[in-house]
Amino acid sequence: MENFTPYSALVGGALIGLSAALLMLLNGRIAGISGIIGRALPPHQRGDIGWRLFFLTGLLLGPLSSRLVVGNSDNIRIDTPLPVLIIAGLLVGYGTSLGSGCTSGHGVCGLARLSPRSAAATLIFMFVAGITVYIVRHWIGVRD
Amino acid sequence: MIKNLSTLFCGTLFGLGLVISQMVNPVKVLAFLDIAGHWDPSLALVMASALITLGLAHKLILRRPAPILEQSFHLPGATRIDARLLIGAALFGVGWGLSGFCPGAAIAAIGYGRTEALLFTVAMCAGIWLFRLIHRPTH
Repeated sequence: MENFTPYSALVGGALIGLSAALLMLLNGRIAGISGIIGRALPPHQRGDIGWRLFFLTGLLLGPLSSRLVVGNSDNIRIDTPLPVLIIAGLLVGYGTSLGSGCTSGHGVCGLARLSPRSAAATLIFMFVAGITVYIVRHWIGVRD
Repeated sequence: MIKNLSTLFCGTLFGLGLVISQMVNPVKVLAFLDIAGHWDPSLALVMASALITLGLAHKLILRRPAPILEQSFHLPGATRIDARLLIGAALFGVGWGLSGFCPGAAIAAIGYGRTEALLFTVAMCAGIWLFRLIHRPTH
């Protein structure tokens, strides 16, 4: 557990929770990123797109501004080969549409409302993601 | 305008949360999912911290008749745990486990200047369109 970073995890998590709380308090919306992206893509309902685009712009601006302060993007490591990344993207897009949510919508917002649907979804995607990593790393043997 | 500025602010806060917690880094996420490897429990603390913050806030917020800038709360109506939910979550789990990217982290990583995240996001949007093509007017 040499890479465990409890303090930054707690502070970052609190910011994510605060963001979702403010979005609910001010706009009455759930901070589920897959849903925000999905309904921002055409064809979309009239009058429903502005707030989504502004939220997504912020989601880009936050990291962009922190990168300008810190200076580089080397502290993100992406080891997944590009073809696998494309397959993963397709699965994430299709799966979150079919399952109506992702880590933020089900894993944070849904669980915080004690939604049984979100609890079931979160258990499943955590479990399946764990199995996937196990197969890739320890059966197929891609990296430790 | 104030509505849009408020969501811009919320998005920025969310993005900063992902950067500070390092959940924007797929290797960090995969280290959480890899229980049989050098396990890094950070993601669990990120979730716990977000859940406690939002759970406490919800108790106060949802007591209000309406949000501050809108007419009503937009909460999901579905309550049934059906095959769509479970299969969708499982497919998402495979993609998440292959890449270490969930939708929020991918967008944040684009903001952080990583083109691989842009490629992932384009594929994710294609996945969303594919879903709509297959399940046309169900919503």
